[in-house]
Amino acid sequence: MTDQSGPNGDGRPKRGMQDFEKVLDQSATDVASFQDRDRSLVGSVQHILHANPTLVPVIVLMVSVLVFGVIANNFFTPFNISLIIQQVTIIGILGVAQTLIILTAGIDLSVAAIMVLSSVVMGKLAVNFGIPAPIAILIGFAVGALCGAINGFLVTRLRLPPFIVTLGTWSIFFALNLWYSESQSIRSQDIDATAPMLKWFGERIDILGFQFTTGSFLMLFLFALFWYLLNWTPWGRHVYAVGDDAEAAGLSGIRVNRVLTSVYVIGGFLCAIAAWAAIGRVGSVSPQSFQEGNLDSITAVVIGGCSLFGGRGSIIGTLIGALIVGVFRSGLNLSGVDVLWQDFAVGLLIIIAVAIDQWLRKVSG
Amino acid sequence: MKSLSLTTLTAAATLCMTAVPAMSQEIIVGLITKTDTNPFFVMMRNGAEAIAEDLGVELRSFAGAYDGDNEAQIEAIESLIAAEAAGILITPSDTAGIVPSVERAREAGLLVIALDTPLDPIDAADATFATDNFQAGLLIGQWAAATLGDEAANARIGMLDLSEAQVTVDVLRDQGFMQGFGIDVNDPNVIGDEDDPRIVGHDITGGAEEGGRTAMENLLQRDPSINVVYTINEPAAAGAYEALNSFGLADQVLIVSVDGGCPGVQNVAEGIIGATSMQFPLLMASMGVEAVVEHANNGTVPANTEGLDFFNTGVVLVTDQPVDGIDSITSAEGLERCWG
Amino acid sequence: MEETLKPVLQANKLVKRYGRVTAMDQADFELYPGEILAVIGDNGAGKSTMVKSLCGAVVPDDGQILLDGQPVQFATPIDARDKGIEIVYQNLALSPALSIADNLFLGRELFRGGVLGKTFRMLDKKRMKAFARDKLTELGLLTIQNIDQLVETLSGGQRQGVAVARAAAFATKFVIMDEPTAALGVKESRRVLDLIKDVQARGMAIVLISHNMPHVFEVADRIHIHRLGKRHAVVRADEISMSDAVAIMTGALEPPSEIARPEGATLH
Repeated sequence: MTDQSGPNGDGRPKRGMQDFEKVLDQSATDVASFQDRDRSLVGSVQHILHANPTLVPVIVLMVSVLVFGVIANNFFTPFNISLIIQQVTIIGILGVAQTLIILTAGIDLSVAAIMVLSSVVMGKLAVNFGIPAPIAILIGFAVGALCGAINGFLVTRLRLPPFIVTLGTWSIFFALNLWYSESQSIRSQDIDATAPMLKWFGERIDILGFQFTTGSFLMLFLFALFWYLLNWTPWGRHVYAVGDDAEAAGLSGIRVNRVLTSVYVIGGFLCAIAAWAAIGRVGSVSPQSFQEGNLDSITAVVIGGCSLFGGRGSIIGTLIGALIVGVFRSGLNLSGVDVLWQDFAVGLLIIIAVAIDQWLRKVSG
Repeated sequence: MKSLSLTTLTAAATLCMTAVPAMSQEIIVGLITKTDTNPFFVMMRNGAEAIAEDLGVELRSFAGAYDGDNEAQIEAIESLIAAEAAGILITPSDTAGIVPSVERAREAGLLVIALDTPLDPIDAADATFATDNFQAGLLIGQWAAATLGDEAANARIGMLDLSEAQVTVDVLRDQGFMQGFGIDVNDPNVIGDEDDPRIVGHDITGGAEEGGRTAMENLLQRDPSINVVYTINEPAAAGAYEALNSFGLADQVLIVSVDGGCPGVQNVAEGIIGATSMQFPLLMASMGVEAVVEHANNGTVPANTEGLDFFNTGVVLVTDQPVDGIDSITSAEGLERCWG
Repeated sequence: MEETLKPVLQANKLVKRYGRVTAMDQADFELYPGEILAVIGDNGAGKSTMVKSLCGAVVPDDGQILLDGQPVQFATPIDARDKGIEIVYQNLALSPALSIADNLFLGRELFRGGVLGKTFRMLDKKRMKAFARDKLTELGLLTIQNIDQLVETLSGGQRQGVAVARAAAFATKFVIMDEPTAALGVKESRRVLDLIKDVQARGMAIVLISHNMPHVFEVADRIHIHRLGKRHAVVRADEISMSDAVAIMTGALEPPSEIARPEGATLH
């Protein structure tokens, strides 16, 4: 206790810099200041893309529109452009739900199954049981949200991986759909006769040669809404934080399970909105439709630049991603390319998108 | 003592089973469909269940998870062999891939009947009860050509097929339609190799409304003057009609289809589908169950329709605009015989 | 003034058992306003259990915690945070994919005024950024244009800076820092130690948990030596050598009989 020979040999430990650190005076002093480092060209491209994850899909979309505009007949017409938007409407809306879940580092294989189940409930209640269409639609919404809540419960309370949970509920919801619908479609003409409101999102709106449907605007509205929610509300920031690092988010005072549950419930609800729009789009209620909708929605999200590891990506990217798929399919089709090569091209896009994501993530290393 | 009595019991039970093989309570009939989602197969199962109950035999149903799910069908055959079923009715997903399993079942003494879709080779099964899908296509092709009359020479035809996989049913209906319409199909085993300029193009529908709509939109984008649309089945036809309607082209186009499901026949009645070839899944299933029971009782193997290598369960053209020289029934008659 | 100096946090006879293991055995603890109190102890001495119980991460089985003389019970770290106690975790608890400003306000965002904030829950990004910029500038951490930079693009020392700035910005009572220099290089450690002193200079009390003796001796006013689940000794950093402190910590040297406290300090 009275031995005063400190480590510095001057009798007492010195307040302030340690001896061995004295040389630091000569070294650079900007360690903890936040100036940009010098970057190579590749490095700065990587940096710019990393800071703006939507940039890659936007460039791909613009280039593909230009290329197909040149090589494919009838591609670059208002009519065809609006048709592409119509064709991506449903996958786009499912993509909004899928984006939310992928941002939390989850994945939802059940989105299309929830959608089809909800649409069958809406159709059955309104057409077969004569329940007023608005009530049937609301019940359909409730079914969608309930399906989402089941997913959320299994993910947060039982701590099961989202992939496994939704792999299971995909089958379950699909089986319920087949049981409830008896595998029977509800005909377009029967919907017209009893509950035309179900087809409201199929209404056409002609603007300057563009043929939009109300469903197209619904999709654009949902993207705008969730862009706002994700970027301008605490909930949105928390979704990103939870997906980025759930433990850190929890330590920062975010109720992680509550955020996750909300994401799954809202996702299910969005699927039910997609269900209503799908009735307008398809014309009939078909329990067989959209069997690849789960994967198509993931495709849109991934091509849109969202990271499957969570916390990274933009909802607008998903819209662009869905449009890229639509543009490729339309452009290749108008160029007379066989369907299987369209699949080939979309597969290639997915792999390129994921490779770019991996490359960009190295920025943080 | 305990083990002795157990052995005795087992022996007695075995004796009972072998002693009265023809007792109909003991007969197990297996039904394996491609999926349990398609109403066609649902109807088939319902038909089989009804007749099995009438005959007092036990029906065990299996299905693949998706069209093309060979593994699930193999497992189903294995469990039916293990259950010592009397026979198997199967709509094969992979017509060649399932054959080794079918052979094992036949070696084990089971009667195997292919329903709806023949095996490859067709004689790998003891019998095949099927729609003549080529005939189904042929009828609607002939009807469309006759309805258009002289204009058939200038027709613009869109072909809405099932998938890109060149599945047998898909090929037969597609090529049958073309032959019926008077188009040179080149290789009748391949979709899309024809040279006739009247064919605008082929696209795939997955056999559902949503795919039908998108595929129709795509073909109309290639050529908006399309006036004849062939569809693989009636849900695809309903989707195609939605697309045509939204393009404002519904009136100029003749849609033909295959199946005979009740919603489809209703669409014939309402003029949405011009004509459809009705097939009879209930008949296939009930005849199949009867044949298995018959075989279990006296060893009879069902015979083929004359001139064909399978038993034709028949096709009937349903239309409200009959044309000379092609037998057809009206949609009203069709609604009494439709399935689903 | 000196006779009124009372602990900002005082813990009496805290006990925590895990099954048959007693991790905390009647541990006492005092932190006075404006000081840096280092907590050292060998691995397994229970210092981490004690510090966790001060911030709600562990709920003690027995004992009393007084915050400014008022008895408090923390069920979660959020409870402690709501009372003005901030923690800089060793793994920092930052979201790499969010910006510096977003991280600073994570879980306590500011809303716009009026309908936008109340109904549409709209964030006041301008205000949050300005605040973040002020705080980082005050601590000498920032060249102004980069407040939107993502945390993952920062170096380890810079991230530590953000975490410390967040704690300093929102703490009203004191800040707990868990091994703030453990993952850093020499130069970055230097910067963070200076930062800790800056925070103290602004009147904030700090609990510093560290294994790094030179760092402890450089910044700490007092050193709480934890041993066998309880407070073993508290010494003034400028009155003891490092080797003696380590000797006391490991039981090789008898601790001084008296608990070192700031001049004029009393208990509640």
